[in-house]
Amino acid sequence: MAKLKSIWKVLKHRPMSLLGFGLIGFFLSVALLAPVLAPPEAGSRDSYIIPQSGYSPDPVRPSKEHWFGTTEQQYDLYYGMVWGTRTAFSVALKVVGFSVCVGILLGGAAGFYGGWIDELLMRFTDVILAFPDIVLAVVIVAVRGPSLENVMIAVTAVSWPSYARLMRGDVMSVKERDFVAAARAIGASDARILFRHIIPNSIYPVLVVASLSMGRIVITAAALSFLGLGAPLGYADWGQLISLSRNWILGSAGNPFEYWHTVFIPGIAIFLFVLGWNLLGDAVRDILDPRQK
Amino acid sequence: MLKFCLKRLAFLPFVMFGVTALLFSCLQFLSPEMRASLYIKDPRQLSQLEAVIEKHGLRKPVYIQYGLWLKQVARGELGYSETAKMPVAQAVKAFFPATFELTLIAFFPIMIVGVYFGVLSAVYKDKLIDHVSRFVAITGYSLPSFVLGLLLLMVFYGRLHWFPPGRYDLATDMLVHADSFRHWTGLLTLDCLLNGEGKAFLTVAKHMVLPATTLLYISVALLLRITRSTMLEELSKDYVRTARAKGLPEKVIIRKHALANALIPVVTLSSLMFIGLLGGVVITETVFDFPGIGRWGVQAAQQLDIPGVLGSTLLAAFLFVMANLVSDLLYAVVDPRIRVGN
Repeated sequence: MAKLKSIWKVLKHRPMSLLGFGLIGFFLSVALLAPVLAPPEAGSRDSYIIPQSGYSPDPVRPSKEHWFGTTEQQYDLYYGMVWGTRTAFSVALKVVGFSVCVGILLGGAAGFYGGWIDELLMRFTDVILAFPDIVLAVVIVAVRGPSLENVMIAVTAVSWPSYARLMRGDVMSVKERDFVAAARAIGASDARILFRHIIPNSIYPVLVVASLSMGRIVITAAALSFLGLGAPLGYADWGQLISLSRNWILGSAGNPFEYWHTVFIPGIAIFLFVLGWNLLGDAVRDILDPRQK
Repeated sequence: MLKFCLKRLAFLPFVMFGVTALLFSCLQFLSPEMRASLYIKDPRQLSQLEAVIEKHGLRKPVYIQYGLWLKQVARGELGYSETAKMPVAQAVKAFFPATFELTLIAFFPIMIVGVYFGVLSAVYKDKLIDHVSRFVAITGYSLPSFVLGLLLLMVFYGRLHWFPPGRYDLATDMLVHADSFRHWTGLLTLDCLLNGEGKAFLTVAKHMVLPATTLLYISVALLLRITRSTMLEELSKDYVRTARAKGLPEKVIIRKHALANALIPVVTLSSLMFIGLLGGVVITETVFDFPGIGRWGVQAAQQLDIPGVLGSTLLAAFLFVMANLVSDLLYAVVDPRIRVGN
């Protein structure tokens, strides 16, 4: 309770952090309430498949029937946005979760054991970090075939090295501390020392960086979807909804903004989602980082 | 200093070895038939697919294939890129200058805007200008380049017809590919000026405005934040207080004392910014249909044009590693502690 109060004390004076919490809270409730906000059609097998009303290539503007209008091939944009919120959360949390776990384990092992294990793992991270992350991710998805799962695998594959390096550095300094020597003196095993003593004491910086990188990871995954390397056509995914708008930025004669909704609505959603994570990440850093106080 | 440089340079081949090995192992997900395209220089060779697979040992263990492939690369044979409709080496020559020019044109405005507003933000901490520039920075950091790019196109191309996508229009295309047009530098804007083609220069420059603006907006945040925080740190140090106590004007303190020190990490960061831009161009070029390395790489990946994928990614990784190297060297040059100490 006292901890919650001190967190509130920090947040109270930071309207931007509150905005971040508000945005993520909003998206979270949309994701949770998706079946209520946009009930799937009766008899549909997969709720993530956006219902289509007809097959006409031209997008239709927002109307009573389609609140956000439709994209090309008549996918209902409102439905796609609502269920896409779930996709966005699932991709972001899975990718960050996996890459943090891999980073902590491999970085922890490198820092703890040192020697050739350390050398091998760190040179491997060097190689992965020698690519701009989007470039390597594009290659991985391309060779494995386009799918949402492969997008997640690719983004995880390019994200874990930075966590591993951070973790390694922290573990190297923590393992020299007295309580580790004490644990070893009473005969604790390597695994016990690593998991009970070292990792819990060196994990915070990684978590801070992870919360700060949430937004960037969402953008990278959405970019792969935008390039057509993500979910199959018609799947509720924001990046794909934007790629469906690419042919319609010109509008029609006399009405250049006729199809504004196809870019603007999913674009704003991704922007606010990423902004929310970035503001939240800043807040987490300020709360966890004692130097900021 | 010399030792430091040599040590870093000696490391380079190892990284490039790792980079090629990693890319090559990624390709093992594909069937031997698809990988055979690496060795096909001419679509007519397709009829002898089985012979190609046999000749290059594509069904053999990965390390043997890798060795064979390295040998071929060493001879300068990188294959034929289906998406670029030309051999990879030629495609690199065709696309790289475009990307380089775009990056260069975005780079200097980013440095100027980032450092200028970073300093203003620090000097006027918690004033209006600080809040505004930090807000602009975090929105830029949160806006995906493809969203910004499409919105810009909608307004400035669809509505206003000011800045079209692509690299040039048809007339300029004819002009720059005519025999009389000399490619002095490979940078098209500069070449147009050197050839005395004012109108073509304007066209080419106009095509760069939107992609460069996109790169600027999404990349400037990092620099602004770093400049602001290092500047704040310097401004709180003792030597600044001493300078103030001596009665130096605030302008001199900021420019001659604090900024000079605050710029050390910024200079190092500048080549990392360049790296960030290289990643950024992948999406930006695709959105604006700008014929550079990024767009080529994406098209190659979408159509599984393996030689194209390998060529573009290897080039990207090479530039990335070089930029990192320059960053380290710059760090040694600007920071006397490293220069003298090591």
